[in-house]
Amino acid sequence: MAETIEHTPKTRLSQVGANQYIVEKDLETEYMTINMGPQHPSTHGVLRVELVTDGEVVVKATPYLGYLHRCFEKHAEALDYQQVIPYTDRMDYLAAMNTEHAYVMAIEKLLNIEVPRRIEFMRVIVAELQRIASHQVAIATYGLDIGAFTPFLHIMRDREHILTLLEWLCGARMLYNYIWVGGVSHNFPPKFKQRVAEFVKYYKPKVDEMMALLTENELFIERTRGVGILPADVAINYGCSGPMLRGSGVKWDLRKNDPYSIYPELEFDVVVPDGKLSIIGDSLSRHLVRCYEIYESLKIIQQCIDKMPEDPNFDPHAAVPKRIKPPAGEVYARGENPRGEVGFYVISDGKSTKPFRCKARSGCFVNLSVLPELAKGNLISDVVAILGSIDIVLGEVDR
Amino acid sequence: MPKLTPEQIHAIIREEFGTEAVSDLDNSRTMPNFTVLDHSLWQPIAYFMRTDERLKFDYLACLSGVDYNDGTLGVVYNLESLAAYQHKIAVKLKCTKEKNVVPSVAEIWRTAEWHEREAYDLVGIIFDGHPDLRRILCPEDWEGHPLRKDYKVQEYYHGIKVPY
Repeated sequence: MAETIEHTPKTRLSQVGANQYIVEKDLETEYMTINMGPQHPSTHGVLRVELVTDGEVVVKATPYLGYLHRCFEKHAEALDYQQVIPYTDRMDYLAAMNTEHAYVMAIEKLLNIEVPRRIEFMRVIVAELQRIASHQVAIATYGLDIGAFTPFLHIMRDREHILTLLEWLCGARMLYNYIWVGGVSHNFPPKFKQRVAEFVKYYKPKVDEMMALLTENELFIERTRGVGILPADVAINYGCSGPMLRGSGVKWDLRKNDPYSIYPELEFDVVVPDGKLSIIGDSLSRHLVRCYEIYESLKIIQQCIDKMPEDPNFDPHAAVPKRIKPPAGEVYARGENPRGEVGFYVISDGKSTKPFRCKARSGCFVNLSVLPELAKGNLISDVVAILGSIDIVLGEVDR
Repeated sequence: MPKLTPEQIHAIIREEFGTEAVSDLDNSRTMPNFTVLDHSLWQPIAYFMRTDERLKFDYLACLSGVDYNDGTLGVVYNLESLAAYQHKIAVKLKCTKEKNVVPSVAEIWRTAEWHEREAYDLVGIIFDGHPDLRRILCPEDWEGHPLRKDYKVQEYYHGIKVPY
Protein backbone atom coordinates (compact mmCIF):
# COMPACT_ATOMS: atom_id res chain seq x y z
CA MET A 1 0.00 0.00 0.00
CA ALA A 2 1.44 3.31 -1.00
CA GLU A 3 -0.77 5.42 1.19
CA THR A 4 -1.53 4.94 4.86
CA ILE A 5 -5.03 5.09 6.23
CA GLU A 6 -5.23 6.61 9.66
CA HIS A 7 -7.95 7.00 12.28
CA THR A 8 -9.17 3.99 14.21
CA PRO A 9 -12.58 4.72 15.72
CA LYS A 10 -13.75 2.94 18.84
CA THR A 11 -17.41 2.88 17.97
CA ARG A 12 -18.60 2.54 14.48
CA LEU A 13 -21.83 2.19 12.63
CA SER A 14 -21.99 0.81 9.16
CA GLN A 15 -24.96 0.27 6.95
CA VAL A 16 -24.93 -3.14 5.34
CA GLY A 17 -28.37 -3.42 3.85
CA ALA A 18 -31.49 -1.37 3.30
CA ASN A 19 -32.57 -1.53 6.94
CA GLN A 20 -29.60 -3.25 8.44
CA TYR A 21 -26.82 -1.73 10.49
CA ILE A 22 -23.86 -3.10 12.33
CA VAL A 23 -22.83 -1.35 15.54
CA GLU A 24 -19.43 -2.12 16.99
CA LYS A 25 -18.66 -0.60 20.38
CA ASP A 26 -15.49 -0.09 22.41
CA LEU A 27 -13.34 -2.07 20.09
CA GLU A 28 -9.67 -1.49 19.64
CA THR A 29 -9.56 -2.14 15.95
CA GLU A 30 -6.69 -2.41 13.60
CA TYR A 31 -6.82 -2.31 9.86
CA MET A 32 -5.88 -5.47 8.12
CA THR A 33 -4.95 -5.85 4.47
CA ILE A 34 -6.12 -9.01 2.82
CA ASN A 35 -6.00 -10.18 -0.75
CA MET A 36 -9.09 -11.49 -2.46
CA GLY A 37 -7.83 -13.44 -5.43
CA PRO A 38 -6.22 -13.91 -7.87
CA GLN A 39 -7.30 -17.49 -7.17
CA HIS A 40 -10.70 -16.91 -5.64
CA PRO A 41 -13.89 -18.49 -6.99
CA SER A 42 -15.98 -15.34 -6.69
CA THR A 43 -13.63 -13.12 -8.68
CA HIS A 44 -14.70 -15.02 -11.83
CA GLY A 45 -11.18 -15.43 -13.08
CA VAL A 46 -7.84 -14.00 -12.14
CA LEU A 47 -8.65 -10.72 -10.51
CA ARG A 48 -6.96 -9.60 -7.31
CA VAL A 49 -8.73 -7.16 -5.05
CA GLU A 50 -6.70 -5.78 -2.20
CA LEU A 51 -9.06 -5.12 0.69
CA VAL A 52 -8.20 -2.98 3.68
CA THR A 53 -10.60 -4.15 6.33
CA ASP A 54 -11.67 -3.00 9.74
CA GLY A 55 -13.03 -6.21 11.22
CA GLU A 56 -15.57 -7.39 8.67
CA VAL A 57 -16.03 -3.99 7.09
CA VAL A 58 -14.14 -2.98 3.98
CA VAL A 59 -12.44 0.40 4.25
CA LYS A 60 -10.76 0.40 0.88
CA ALA A 61 -10.77 -1.92 -2.08
CA THR A 62 -8.19 -1.72 -4.85
CA PRO A 63 -8.48 -4.02 -7.86
CA TYR A 64 -5.28 -5.20 -9.51
CA LEU A 65 -5.69 -6.43 -13.06
CA GLY A 66 -3.51 -7.77 -15.79
CA TYR A 67 -3.17 -11.43 -14.84
CA LEU A 68 -4.83 -12.39 -18.13
CA HIS A 69 -3.33 -9.62 -20.24
CA ARG A 70 -2.41 -10.79 -23.74
CA CYS A 71 -2.14 -7.38 -25.41
CA PHE A 72 -4.84 -7.92 -27.99
CA GLU A 73 -4.11 -4.47 -29.37
CA LYS A 74 -0.49 -5.31 -30.17
CA HIS A 75 -1.51 -8.58 -31.80
CA ALA A 76 -4.10 -6.77 -33.92
CA GLU A 77 -1.42 -4.48 -35.37
CA ALA A 78 0.43 -7.52 -36.73
CA LEU A 79 -2.58 -9.21 -38.36
CA ASP A 80 -4.82 -8.65 -41.36
CA TYR A 81 -8.23 -7.21 -40.65
CA GLN A 82 -9.97 -10.58 -41.04
CA GLN A 83 -7.44 -12.37 -38.87
CA VAL A 84 -8.25 -10.13 -35.91
CA ILE A 85 -11.78 -11.58 -35.61
CA PRO A 86 -10.76 -14.80 -33.76
CA TYR A 87 -8.80 -12.66 -31.31
CA THR A 88 -11.89 -10.60 -30.52
CA ASP A 89 -13.63 -13.89 -29.65
CA ARG A 90 -11.09 -14.48 -26.96
CA MET A 91 -11.70 -11.16 -25.28
CA ASP A 92 -15.16 -11.79 -23.87
CA TYR A 93 -15.29 -15.53 -24.28
CA LEU A 94 -18.85 -15.73 -22.98
CA ALA A 95 -20.17 -13.29 -25.56
CA ALA A 96 -17.92 -13.92 -28.54
CA MET A 97 -20.59 -13.26 -31.18
CA ASN A 98 -21.40 -9.81 -29.84
CA THR A 99 -17.77 -8.76 -29.73
CA GLU A 100 -17.21 -10.01 -33.28
CA HIS A 101 -20.25 -8.06 -34.36
CA ALA A 102 -18.90 -4.81 -32.92
CA TYR A 103 -15.47 -5.31 -34.49
CA VAL A 104 -16.89 -6.22 -37.88
CA MET A 105 -19.13 -3.15 -37.84
CA ALA A 106 -16.08 -0.96 -37.29
CA ILE A 107 -14.33 -2.39 -40.36
CA GLU A 108 -17.49 -2.21 -42.47
CA LYS A 109 -17.88 1.44 -41.51
CA LEU A 110 -14.29 2.11 -42.59
CA LEU A 111 -14.83 0.29 -45.87
CA ASN A 112 -18.26 1.89 -46.30
CA ILE A 113 -19.90 -1.32 -47.50
CA GLU A 114 -23.49 -2.49 -47.20
CA VAL A 115 -24.28 -5.94 -45.90
CA PRO A 116 -27.09 -8.06 -47.39
CA ARG A 117 -30.30 -7.86 -45.41
CA ARG A 118 -30.46 -11.58 -44.69
CA ILE A 119 -26.96 -11.45 -43.20
CA GLU A 120 -28.07 -8.76 -40.76
CA PHE A 121 -30.91 -10.98 -39.58
CA MET A 122 -28.56 -13.93 -39.16
CA ARG A 123 -26.16 -11.81 -37.16
CA VAL A 124 -28.86 -10.51 -34.87
CA ILE A 125 -30.23 -14.00 -34.23
CA VAL A 126 -26.84 -15.39 -33.23
CA ALA A 127 -25.98 -12.27 -31.24
CA GLU A 128 -29.20 -12.50 -29.25
CA LEU A 129 -28.75 -16.24 -28.67
CA GLN A 130 -25.32 -15.41 -27.39
CA ARG A 131 -26.71 -12.67 -25.18
CA ILE A 132 -29.07 -15.16 -23.56
CA ALA A 133 -26.24 -17.66 -23.04
CA SER A 134 -24.06 -14.97 -21.54
CA HIS A 135 -26.75 -13.70 -19.17
CA GLN A 136 -27.41 -17.29 -18.16
CA VAL A 137 -23.82 -17.69 -17.02
CA ALA A 138 -23.95 -14.34 -15.26
CA ILE A 139 -27.12 -15.25 -13.39
CA ALA A 140 -26.04 -18.81 -12.63
CA THR A 141 -22.64 -17.89 -11.25
CA TYR A 142 -24.15 -15.03 -9.33
CA GLY A 143 -26.37 -17.51 -7.57
CA LEU A 144 -23.35 -19.70 -7.01
CA ASP A 145 -21.40 -16.83 -5.43
CA ILE A 146 -24.16 -16.22 -2.97
CA GLY A 147 -24.72 -19.86 -2.15
CA ALA A 148 -27.53 -21.06 -4.42
CA PHE A 149 -26.25 -24.12 -6.22
CA THR A 150 -29.41 -25.61 -7.76
CA PRO A 151 -30.25 -22.75 -10.16
CA PHE A 152 -26.76 -23.11 -11.60
CA LEU A 153 -27.47 -26.67 -12.73
CA HIS A 154 -30.88 -25.76 -14.17
CA ILE A 155 -29.48 -22.80 -16.08
CA MET A 156 -26.49 -24.70 -17.44
CA ARG A 157 -28.82 -27.39 -18.75
CA ASP A 158 -30.66 -24.77 -20.82
CA ARG A 159 -27.47 -23.03 -21.90
CA GLU A 160 -26.37 -26.31 -23.43
CA HIS A 161 -29.19 -25.99 -26.00
CA ILE A 162 -27.82 -22.67 -27.21
CA LEU A 163 -24.27 -23.96 -27.41
CA THR A 164 -25.47 -26.99 -29.36
CA LEU A 165 -27.32 -24.74 -31.80
CA LEU A 166 -24.25 -22.57 -32.35
CA GLU A 167 -22.03 -25.61 -32.66
CA TRP A 168 -24.32 -26.95 -35.34
CA LEU A 169 -24.11 -23.59 -37.09
CA CYS A 170 -20.35 -23.10 -37.21
CA GLY A 171 -18.62 -25.99 -35.49
CA ALA A 172 -17.48 -24.20 -32.36
CA ARG A 173 -19.12 -24.01 -28.99
CA MET A 174 -17.63 -20.86 -27.56
CA LEU A 175 -15.18 -19.12 -29.89
CA TYR A 176 -16.92 -18.98 -33.22
CA ASN A 177 -15.20 -16.77 -35.81
CA TYR A 178 -18.67 -16.74 -37.33
CA ILE A 179 -19.32 -13.11 -38.21
CA TRP A 180 -17.03 -11.98 -41.02
CA VAL A 181 -16.49 -8.62 -42.62
CA GLY A 182 -19.32 -8.35 -45.15
CA GLY A 183 -20.94 -11.65 -44.28
CA VAL A 184 -20.89 -14.71 -42.07
CA SER A 185 -18.88 -17.90 -42.32
CA HIS A 186 -21.76 -20.37 -42.82
CA ASN A 187 -25.31 -20.13 -44.05
CA PHE A 188 -28.01 -21.34 -41.67
CA PRO A 189 -28.33 -25.12 -42.07
CA PRO A 190 -31.72 -26.46 -43.19
CA LYS A 191 -34.27 -26.46 -40.36
CA PHE A 192 -32.00 -24.27 -38.21
CA LYS A 193 -34.70 -21.61 -37.96
CA GLN A 194 -37.27 -24.13 -36.82
CA ARG A 195 -34.89 -25.41 -34.15
CA VAL A 196 -34.30 -21.89 -32.90
CA ALA A 197 -38.05 -21.30 -32.82
CA GLU A 198 -38.46 -24.52 -30.84
CA PHE A 199 -35.81 -23.36 -28.42
CA VAL A 200 -37.59 -20.03 -27.89
CA LYS A 201 -40.82 -21.87 -27.19
CA TYR A 202 -39.06 -24.28 -24.85
CA TYR A 203 -37.05 -21.70 -23.00
CA LYS A 204 -39.73 -19.11 -22.15
CA PRO A 205 -41.30 -21.16 -19.32
CA LYS A 206 -37.82 -22.07 -18.12
CA VAL A 207 -37.03 -18.40 -17.56
CA ASP A 208 -40.11 -18.13 -15.36
CA GLU A 209 -38.86 -21.18 -13.51
CA MET A 210 -35.44 -19.63 -13.08
CA MET A 211 -36.99 -16.44 -11.74
CA ALA A 212 -39.05 -18.43 -9.26
CA LEU A 213 -36.09 -20.50 -8.20
CA LEU A 214 -33.52 -17.77 -7.75
CA THR A 215 -34.81 -14.24 -8.04
CA GLU A 216 -37.83 -14.68 -5.81
CA ASN A 217 -35.84 -16.59 -3.22
CA GLU A 218 -36.00 -14.78 0.11
CA LEU A 219 -32.38 -15.54 0.97
CA PHE A 220 -31.19 -14.30 -2.38
CA ILE A 221 -33.10 -11.04 -1.99
CA GLU A 222 -31.74 -10.58 1.53
CA ARG A 223 -28.22 -10.93 0.27
CA THR A 224 -28.53 -8.58 -2.69
CA ARG A 225 -31.20 -5.99 -1.94
CA GLY A 226 -29.72 -2.63 -1.04
CA VAL A 227 -26.15 -3.87 -1.38
CA GLY A 228 -23.77 -1.73 -3.42
CA ILE A 229 -26.09 1.04 -4.50
CA LEU A 230 -24.78 2.89 -7.53
CA PRO A 231 -26.53 6.23 -8.21
CA ALA A 232 -27.26 7.07 -11.84
CA ASP A 233 -25.02 10.15 -12.05
CA VAL A 234 -22.07 8.26 -10.59
CA ALA A 235 -22.70 5.41 -13.03
CA ILE A 236 -22.60 7.79 -16.00
CA ASN A 237 -19.52 9.62 -14.75
CA TYR A 238 -17.72 6.33 -14.29
CA GLY A 239 -18.68 5.39 -17.84
CA CYS A 240 -20.72 2.35 -16.83
CA SER A 241 -22.82 0.73 -19.52
CA GLY A 242 -25.02 -2.26 -20.14
CA PRO A 243 -26.97 -3.82 -17.24
CA MET A 244 -24.78 -1.89 -14.82
CA LEU A 245 -26.09 1.44 -16.11
CA ARG A 246 -29.65 0.24 -16.63
CA GLY A 247 -29.66 -1.18 -13.12
CA SER A 248 -29.20 2.39 -11.92
CA GLY A 249 -32.37 3.37 -13.76
CA VAL A 250 -30.83 4.95 -16.87
CA LYS A 251 -32.75 3.88 -19.95
CA TRP A 252 -29.75 3.52 -22.22
CA ASP A 253 -29.23 0.73 -24.68
CA LEU A 254 -27.11 1.12 -27.78
CA ARG A 255 -29.52 -1.07 -29.70
CA LYS A 256 -32.09 1.73 -29.23
CA ASN A 257 -30.02 4.86 -28.63
CA ASP A 258 -27.36 4.38 -31.29
CA PRO A 259 -29.08 1.79 -33.45
CA TYR A 260 -27.07 -0.53 -35.63
CA SER A 261 -27.81 -3.53 -37.84
CA ILE A 262 -31.59 -4.15 -38.06
CA TYR A 263 -32.41 -3.33 -34.45
CA PRO A 264 -34.50 -0.23 -35.39
CA GLU A 265 -36.99 -2.53 -37.17
CA LEU A 266 -37.50 -4.75 -34.15
CA GLU A 267 -39.76 -4.20 -31.19
CA PHE A 268 -38.30 -4.64 -27.76
CA ASP A 269 -38.12 -2.73 -24.50
CA VAL A 270 -35.11 -1.38 -22.72
CA VAL A 271 -35.40 -2.91 -19.26
CA VAL A 272 -34.89 -0.73 -16.22
CA PRO A 273 -35.82 -1.74 -12.65
CA ASP A 274 -39.09 -0.31 -11.35
CA GLY A 275 -38.01 -0.21 -7.73
CA LYS A 276 -40.73 -2.54 -6.45
CA LEU A 277 -38.59 -5.54 -5.61
CA SER A 278 -35.21 -3.85 -5.53
CA ILE A 279 -33.80 -0.48 -4.57
CA ILE A 280 -32.80 1.21 -7.81
CA GLY A 281 -29.08 0.89 -8.39
CA ASP A 282 -28.38 -2.04 -6.03
CA SER A 283 -27.04 -5.47 -6.86
CA LEU A 284 -30.52 -6.96 -7.13
CA SER A 285 -31.50 -4.35 -9.75
CA ARG A 286 -28.57 -5.34 -11.93
CA HIS A 287 -29.55 -8.98 -11.57
CA LEU A 288 -33.17 -8.20 -12.44
CA VAL A 289 -32.14 -6.29 -15.56
CA ARG A 290 -30.30 -9.39 -16.81
CA CYS A 291 -33.27 -11.63 -16.08
CA TYR A 292 -35.74 -9.44 -17.93
CA GLU A 293 -33.35 -8.90 -20.82
CA ILE A 294 -33.57 -12.60 -21.53
CA TYR A 295 -37.28 -12.15 -22.23
CA GLU A 296 -36.50 -9.24 -24.57
CA SER A 297 -33.86 -11.25 -26.40
CA LEU A 298 -36.34 -14.09 -26.90
CA LYS A 299 -38.77 -11.55 -28.32
CA ILE A 300 -36.12 -10.26 -30.74
CA ILE A 301 -35.19 -13.76 -31.90
CA GLN A 302 -38.85 -14.61 -32.56
CA GLN A 303 -39.31 -11.46 -34.65
CA CYS A 304 -36.12 -12.12 -36.60
CA ILE A 305 -37.25 -15.64 -37.44
CA ASP A 306 -40.58 -14.31 -38.71
CA LYS A 307 -39.12 -11.44 -40.72
CA MET A 308 -35.98 -13.02 -42.11
CA PRO A 309 -36.02 -13.16 -45.93
CA GLU A 310 -35.93 -16.67 -47.36
CA ASP A 311 -33.44 -17.50 -50.06
CA PRO A 312 -32.52 -21.14 -50.75
CA ASN A 313 -29.47 -20.29 -52.89
CA PHE A 314 -28.12 -17.71 -50.51
CA ASP A 315 -24.36 -17.27 -50.48
CA PRO A 316 -23.17 -15.80 -47.17
CA HIS A 317 -19.78 -15.01 -48.71
CA ALA A 318 -21.17 -12.95 -51.62
CA ALA A 319 -20.36 -9.57 -50.07
CA VAL A 320 -17.17 -10.63 -48.30
CA PRO A 321 -14.24 -8.62 -49.67
CA LYS A 322 -11.27 -10.71 -50.74
CA ARG A 323 -8.62 -8.26 -49.63
CA ILE A 324 -9.45 -5.67 -47.02
CA LYS A 325 -7.56 -2.43 -47.47
CA PRO A 326 -9.71 0.42 -46.16
CA PRO A 327 -9.04 4.05 -47.14
CA ALA A 328 -7.11 6.09 -44.61
CA GLY A 329 -9.32 7.11 -41.74
CA GLU A 330 -10.44 6.27 -38.28
CA VAL A 331 -13.64 4.99 -36.76
CA TYR A 332 -15.14 4.30 -33.39
CA ALA A 333 -17.87 1.68 -33.70
CA ARG A 334 -19.62 0.03 -30.82
CA GLY A 335 -22.22 -2.51 -29.96
CA GLU A 336 -24.33 -3.41 -26.97
CA ASN A 337 -22.75 -6.46 -25.41
CA PRO A 338 -24.26 -8.41 -22.53
CA ARG A 339 -21.66 -6.74 -20.33
CA GLY A 340 -21.95 -3.23 -21.65
CA GLU A 341 -20.66 -1.14 -24.49
CA VAL A 342 -17.88 -2.73 -26.47
CA GLY A 343 -16.25 -0.33 -28.88
CA PHE A 344 -13.44 -0.60 -31.36
CA TYR A 345 -11.38 2.41 -32.28
CA VAL A 346 -9.61 1.49 -35.48
CA ILE A 347 -7.17 3.63 -37.46
CA SER A 348 -6.33 2.67 -41.03
CA ASP A 349 -3.34 4.25 -42.73
CA GLY A 350 -4.73 3.45 -46.18
CA LYS A 351 -1.59 1.63 -47.27
CA SER A 352 -1.65 -1.72 -45.53
CA THR A 353 -4.02 -4.61 -44.93
CA LYS A 354 -3.35 -4.43 -41.20
CA PRO A 355 -4.88 -1.95 -38.77
CA PHE A 356 -2.54 0.85 -37.77
CA ARG A 357 -4.14 0.95 -34.34
CA CYS A 358 -6.97 -1.14 -32.97
CA LYS A 359 -8.14 -0.13 -29.53
CA ALA A 360 -10.80 -2.18 -27.81
CA ARG A 361 -12.99 -0.40 -25.33
CA SER A 362 -14.19 -3.05 -22.97
CA GLY A 363 -17.40 -2.78 -21.01
CA CYS A 364 -16.23 -4.87 -18.04
CA PHE A 365 -12.99 -2.94 -17.70
CA VAL A 366 -14.91 0.28 -17.26
CA ASN A 367 -17.64 -1.25 -15.11
CA LEU A 368 -15.03 -2.74 -12.80
CA SER A 369 -13.45 0.66 -12.21
CA VAL A 370 -16.44 1.58 -10.05
CA LEU A 371 -15.80 -1.33 -7.63
CA PRO A 372 -13.72 0.67 -5.08
CA GLU A 373 -16.59 3.12 -4.85
CA LEU A 374 -19.19 0.37 -4.31
CA ALA A 375 -17.20 -1.82 -1.94
CA LYS A 376 -16.36 0.92 0.53
CA GLY A 377 -18.21 0.45 3.83
CA ASN A 378 -19.67 -2.94 2.98
CA LEU A 379 -18.96 -6.33 4.50
CA ILE A 380 -16.41 -8.62 2.90
CA SER A 381 -19.15 -11.08 1.97
CA ASP A 382 -21.01 -8.24 0.27
CA VAL A 383 -17.99 -7.50 -1.88
CA VAL A 384 -18.62 -10.94 -3.34
CA ALA A 385 -22.24 -9.99 -4.01
CA ILE A 386 -21.21 -6.69 -5.61
CA LEU A 387 -18.48 -8.22 -7.75
CA GLY A 388 -20.91 -10.87 -8.97
CA SER A 389 -23.48 -8.26 -9.89
CA ILE A 390 -20.95 -6.31 -11.95
CA ASP A 391 -20.51 -9.51 -13.96
CA ILE A 392 -16.95 -9.36 -15.21
CA VAL A 393 -15.15 -11.61 -17.63
CA LEU A 394 -11.45 -11.23 -17.02
CA GLY A 395 -10.63 -12.03 -20.61
CA GLU A 396 -12.29 -8.77 -21.55
CA VAL A 397 -11.05 -6.74 -18.59
CA ASP A 398 -7.42 -7.56 -19.31
CA ARG A 399 -7.70 -8.11 -23.07
CA MET B 1 -32.59 21.57 -26.51
CA PRO B 2 -31.92 19.73 -29.74
CA LYS B 3 -29.21 17.32 -30.68
CA LEU B 4 -26.33 19.34 -32.09
CA THR B 5 -24.31 18.59 -35.20
CA PRO B 6 -20.49 18.38 -34.93
CA GLU B 7 -20.25 21.79 -36.66
CA GLN B 8 -22.42 23.42 -34.02
CA ILE B 9 -20.48 21.79 -31.17
CA HIS B 10 -17.22 22.95 -32.68
CA ALA B 11 -18.61 26.47 -33.17
CA ILE B 12 -19.69 26.68 -29.52
CA ILE B 13 -16.22 25.72 -28.32
CA ARG B 14 -14.52 28.21 -30.66
CA GLU B 15 -16.89 30.92 -29.53
CA GLU B 16 -16.03 30.23 -25.90
CA PHE B 17 -12.28 29.66 -26.10
CA GLY B 18 -11.26 31.51 -29.29
CA THR B 19 -10.13 30.22 -32.66
CA GLU B 20 -6.57 29.53 -31.49
CA ALA B 21 -7.58 26.95 -28.89
CA VAL B 22 -8.82 24.22 -31.19
CA SER B 23 -8.13 23.19 -34.78
CA ASP B 24 -10.67 23.17 -37.60
CA LEU B 25 -13.28 20.46 -37.51
CA ASP B 26 -12.38 17.28 -39.38
CA ASN B 27 -15.90 16.34 -40.37
CA SER B 28 -15.10 12.84 -41.59
CA ARG B 29 -17.84 10.35 -42.38
CA THR B 30 -16.78 7.87 -39.76
CA MET B 31 -15.71 10.01 -36.83
CA PRO B 32 -16.02 13.84 -36.74
CA ASN B 33 -13.25 15.23 -34.56
CA PHE B 34 -11.14 18.26 -33.72
CA THR B 35 -7.78 18.71 -32.04
CA VAL B 36 -7.10 20.81 -28.97
CA LEU B 37 -4.00 22.83 -29.84
CA ASP B 38 -3.33 24.55 -26.52
CA HIS B 39 -2.73 21.91 -23.84
CA SER B 40 -3.25 24.34 -20.98
CA LEU B 41 -6.82 24.89 -22.19
CA TRP B 42 -7.80 21.21 -22.37
CA GLN B 43 -8.98 20.91 -18.76
CA PRO B 44 -11.15 24.07 -18.98
CA ILE B 45 -12.53 22.91 -22.34
CA ALA B 46 -13.29 19.45 -20.94
CA TYR B 47 -15.04 20.94 -17.92
CA PHE B 48 -16.97 23.31 -20.17
CA MET B 49 -18.02 20.44 -22.44
CA ARG B 50 -19.30 18.44 -19.49
CA THR B 51 -21.20 21.23 -17.77
CA ASP B 52 -22.42 23.62 -20.48
CA GLU B 53 -26.20 23.55 -20.91
CA ARG B 54 -25.98 23.21 -24.68
CA LEU B 55 -23.33 20.47 -24.75
CA LYS B 56 -23.61 18.28 -21.60
CA PHE B 57 -21.00 15.72 -22.61
CA ASP B 58 -21.40 13.62 -19.48
CA TYR B 59 -20.13 10.30 -20.86
CA LEU B 60 -16.58 9.55 -21.93
CA ALA B 61 -17.11 6.48 -24.07
CA CYS B 62 -13.52 5.74 -24.95
CA LEU B 63 -10.04 7.10 -24.45
CA SER B 64 -7.28 5.75 -26.70
CA GLY B 65 -3.59 6.46 -26.73
CA VAL B 66 -1.99 6.32 -30.17
CA ASP B 67 1.59 6.32 -31.44
CA TYR B 68 1.42 7.95 -34.87
CA ASN B 69 4.91 6.71 -35.82
CA ASP B 70 6.12 10.17 -36.81
CA GLY B 71 7.47 11.25 -33.47
CA THR B 72 4.08 12.25 -32.09
CA LEU B 73 1.76 10.55 -29.66
CA GLY B 74 -1.90 11.28 -29.37
CA VAL B 75 -4.90 10.78 -27.15
CA VAL B 76 -8.37 10.40 -28.61
CA TYR B 77 -11.45 11.05 -26.49
CA ASN B 78 -14.83 9.81 -27.73
CA LEU B 79 -17.41 11.92 -25.95
CA GLU B 80 -21.13 11.62 -25.81
CA SER B 81 -24.03 13.38 -24.16
CA LEU B 82 -25.75 10.35 -22.69
CA ALA B 83 -28.37 11.73 -20.34
CA ALA B 84 -29.33 14.86 -22.27
CA TYR B 85 -29.03 15.12 -26.06
CA GLN B 86 -27.17 12.08 -27.34
CA HIS B 87 -24.85 13.97 -29.67
CA LYS B 88 -21.25 12.89 -29.88
CA ILE B 89 -17.85 14.10 -30.99
CA ALA B 90 -14.24 13.03 -30.77
CA VAL B 91 -11.50 15.24 -29.38
CA LYS B 92 -7.79 14.71 -29.97
CA LEU B 93 -4.70 15.86 -28.17
CA LYS B 94 -1.19 15.48 -29.51
CA CYS B 95 2.22 15.59 -27.93
CA THR B 96 5.76 14.71 -28.96
CA LYS B 97 7.62 11.60 -27.86
CA GLU B 98 10.16 13.71 -26.00
CA LYS B 99 7.58 15.81 -24.18
CA ASN B 100 4.95 13.14 -23.62
CA VAL B 101 2.77 14.96 -21.12
CA VAL B 102 -0.90 15.85 -21.50
CA PRO B 103 -3.33 17.14 -18.86
CA SER B 104 -5.46 14.54 -17.12
CA VAL B 105 -9.25 14.65 -17.19
CA ALA B 106 -9.71 12.02 -14.46
CA GLU B 107 -11.27 14.62 -12.19
CA ILE B 108 -13.84 15.55 -14.82
CA TRP B 109 -14.83 12.10 -16.02
CA ARG B 110 -13.88 9.53 -13.40
CA THR B 111 -13.89 6.80 -16.02
CA ALA B 112 -10.76 8.43 -17.46
CA GLU B 113 -8.79 7.31 -14.42
CA TRP B 114 -8.39 3.72 -15.59
CA HIS B 115 -8.34 4.62 -19.26
CA GLU B 116 -5.46 7.02 -18.67
CA ARG B 117 -3.58 4.44 -16.67
CA GLU B 118 -3.99 2.08 -19.61
CA ALA B 119 -2.75 4.70 -22.09
CA TYR B 120 0.22 5.37 -19.81
CA ASP B 121 0.96 1.67 -19.51
CA LEU B 122 0.71 0.72 -23.17
CA VAL B 123 1.63 3.90 -25.06
CA GLY B 124 3.67 5.77 -22.47
CA ILE B 125 1.77 9.04 -22.27
CA ILE B 126 2.06 10.81 -18.92
CA PHE B 127 -1.13 12.40 -17.66
CA ASP B 128 -0.42 15.48 -15.60
CA GLY B 129 -2.69 15.68 -12.57
CA HIS B 130 -3.76 12.03 -12.53
CA PRO B 131 -4.44 10.86 -8.96
CA ASP B 132 -2.72 7.49 -9.24
CA LEU B 133 -0.72 7.01 -12.43
CA ARG B 134 0.55 3.43 -12.29
CA ARG B 135 0.70 0.63 -14.82
CA ILE B 136 -2.57 -1.25 -14.97
CA LEU B 137 -2.29 -4.18 -17.38
CA CYS B 138 1.44 -4.93 -17.53
CA PRO B 139 3.42 -5.81 -14.39
CA GLU B 140 4.70 -2.81 -12.45
CA ASP B 141 8.35 -3.54 -13.28
CA TRP B 142 7.81 -4.12 -17.00
CA GLU B 143 10.15 -2.23 -19.30
CA GLY B 144 8.93 -0.08 -22.15
CA HIS B 145 5.47 0.63 -23.50
CA PRO B 146 4.22 -2.18 -25.76
CA LEU B 147 2.08 -0.15 -28.15
CA ARG B 148 4.91 2.18 -29.16
CA LYS B 149 5.77 1.46 -32.77
CA ASP B 150 9.47 1.21 -31.92
CA TYR B 151 8.90 -1.10 -28.97
CA LYS B 152 11.46 -3.82 -28.41
CA VAL B 153 10.55 -6.50 -25.95
CA GLN B 154 12.99 -7.05 -23.11
CA GLU B 155 15.21 -10.13 -23.22
CA TYR B 156 14.53 -11.44 -19.75
CA TYR B 157 11.87 -10.75 -17.18
CA HIS B 158 12.78 -12.10 -13.72
CA GLY B 159 14.99 -14.72 -15.33
CA ILE B 160 12.30 -15.85 -17.77
CA LYS B 161 13.06 -15.49 -21.47
CA VAL B 162 10.42 -13.19 -22.95
CA PRO B 163 10.49 -13.56 -26.77
CA TYR B 164 9.81 -17.20 -27.49
